[in-house]
Amino acid sequence: MAAESLLKVQAVETYYGNIRALAGVDVEVNKGEIVSLIGANGAGKSTLMMTICGSPQARSGQVIFDGEDITRLPTHLIARRRIAQSPEGRRIFPRMTVYENLQMGAGLDNLKYFNEDVEKIFTLFPRLKERQTQRGGTLSGGEQQMLSIGRALMARPKLLLLDEPSLGLAPLIVKGIFEAIKKLNQEEGLTVFLVEQNAFAALKLSDRAYVMVNGKVTMSGSGKELLANPEVRAAYLEGGRH
Amino acid sequence: MAASTETGHPNVLGKAVREGVFAGVVAFLMFLLFVGIETYQDINNALVWRTRWGLLAIFVLVAAVSRFLSVGFIKPHIDRRKLAKAKSGVLEISEQKSFFHRHFLKIALVFLLVYPFLSLLIVGKQGSLKYVDNFGIQILIYVMLAWGLNIVVGLAGLLDLGYVAFYAVGAYSYALLSSYFGFSFWLLLPMSGILAALWGIILGFPVLRLRGDYLAIVTLAFGEIIRLVLINWTDVTKGTFGISGIAKASFFGIWSFDTGSANSFVKAWGLSASSVYYKIFLFYVILALCMLTAYVTIRLRRMPIGRAWEALREDEIACRSLGINTVTTKLTAFATGAMFGGFAGSFFATRQGFVSPESFVFLESAVILAIVVLGGMGSLTGIAIAAVVMVGGTEVLREMSFLKVVFGPDFTPELYRMLLFGLAMIIVMLFKPRGFVGSREPTAFLKERRAVSGSFTKEGHG
Repeated sequence: MAAESLLKVQAVETYYGNIRALAGVDVEVNKGEIVSLIGANGAGKSTLMMTICGSPQARSGQVIFDGEDITRLPTHLIARRRIAQSPEGRRIFPRMTVYENLQMGAGLDNLKYFNEDVEKIFTLFPRLKERQTQRGGTLSGGEQQMLSIGRALMARPKLLLLDEPSLGLAPLIVKGIFEAIKKLNQEEGLTVFLVEQNAFAALKLSDRAYVMVNGKVTMSGSGKELLANPEVRAAYLEGGRH
Repeated sequence: MAASTETGHPNVLGKAVREGVFAGVVAFLMFLLFVGIETYQDINNALVWRTRWGLLAIFVLVAAVSRFLSVGFIKPHIDRRKLAKAKSGVLEISEQKSFFHRHFLKIALVFLLVYPFLSLLIVGKQGSLKYVDNFGIQILIYVMLAWGLNIVVGLAGLLDLGYVAFYAVGAYSYALLSSYFGFSFWLLLPMSGILAALWGIILGFPVLRLRGDYLAIVTLAFGEIIRLVLINWTDVTKGTFGISGIAKASFFGIWSFDTGSANSFVKAWGLSASSVYYKIFLFYVILALCMLTAYVTIRLRRMPIGRAWEALREDEIACRSLGINTVTTKLTAFATGAMFGGFAGSFFATRQGFVSPESFVFLESAVILAIVVLGGMGSLTGIAIAAVVMVGGTEVLREMSFLKVVFGPDFTPELYRMLLFGLAMIIVMLFKPRGFVGSREPTAFLKERRAVSGSFTKEGHG
């Protein structure tokens, strides 16, 4: 497959005040790939995801999306370039119904596809269809994660950013969600950039993966390579297998 | 609790007596110094004190008896009803509601439309002045203010403690522009709204990054700044003296309500001179303004901007990641809310004929906010009911001279309106923590409209 680059993160450094959270990160995501980023707590995985979205902005380095430099764009304009995010902790709108949550994701320019897209998401996650008139805050954790992903998909994204979709969920539900991601990738060619603690599941799913330690990318390779790599196994997989 | 109700009454009654006595003791200790002792200045300007044991006894008795009744009778009754409901398996939301309940809004609107004539019919012209002006117009002004603030606080979730500033901007815009330039009410009404909206944006810019407590403090300061400017800019605003002789609104320029003028309303219709016609006219004006506020709010909630406000209240970060420009969203919320405050302000000025900084103190902001919170953030019906109860309740207090028989001749009931506010707040928050109408009505449906009860969501999330 001719790799056509969709997202390119080049030598990005991000600071929180004086604390350097990202120390020159290079990551590339090609069109149609599932790329995952694994690492321990505090390695800077979520910071990288937030930096791509422009909040906080990178102090140096560049984020290039679809050939355009988006490093200095405000978050809402980055989102309108069709980078959709399912943020860490899901962040659905608790008082709004499932249906309204999905509407919020659609944005203004996709309204003509709205019904079609909602149906698509309801086929992908039938649980959401059952719960469509219920408030977001009353859903279970797994359903909220489905809603968060569904809401992101409503924007018809070119790139889907998923920040720890398995956080706090039962293994069976994680499996279901990862299968849905795989399906989206294979059937619609959706490009996915995934941040995960659950390294085993993430590496199995991914075409390529990066390992992050202390704000730096220390290893990269195909999902299979990293799964077989003894260092990765020792650090992230042994004892962590589900 | 359920166990004690089943084992029989003596147990509950014993508990009620104990709790009642305890409440009495607590009340005695609390009110001993505040109520039991009164200080005053004698002829020599020396501060002396006297006791008010009778009044203290009444306070203690009220506390003890109401605690006794609530523990002994009211709570068991409520528990029994809840239990019966749970046993019958009927969900609250699926229950068939009464005719009055289902058509409440229509009934209320019809009542408002005929209200002035009803009062004319029942209590005559002179009596109507009080009912149309003090109750009708006064309550509707607060309904409108609370609905305006609801856009900022209830929908967008931006806690604004200085809302009265926009009310003041509207009132002074009308007062100043009409007395200096002689513009008419119907020209100045939209202008006051626009000016207030501008001030809303001016306030909005510096506070864009703030939320919650910090925002509340800054808006509070803004309210005070406006008031202090009005007091101290004496060349223009005449300071604490205020502006008097503000022109009355005309009947859309066709008839005037000034008694001396050639095209006066009463002459044109051959009526005997009375100010009640003007009051009735004003009643319909403010009613129309309220309806406009409600209509705009309902429409906006279904449009992307209104939805964005609500999403902003729920989660700002999620909003941004969905491509919502939080800057413009916040500013439009401030501006829209302020605009309605401005409308209400210019109406207030023309109704009073007099404005002074006295009318725009922090207490007003607090009252308006209290109405919004009591009514249930975001619910128009709930807020209207809260306004009727709170503002109407204050007016009713003035009428309750019979309380003087109970509490002694020095008792002035209207001074206790803050007590009433506090009491109402506590009661509503105890029994209905989300306000009178706590459920948020969804605005989008795939197929059918279904009630979603507030009780399904967690506390603090709704």
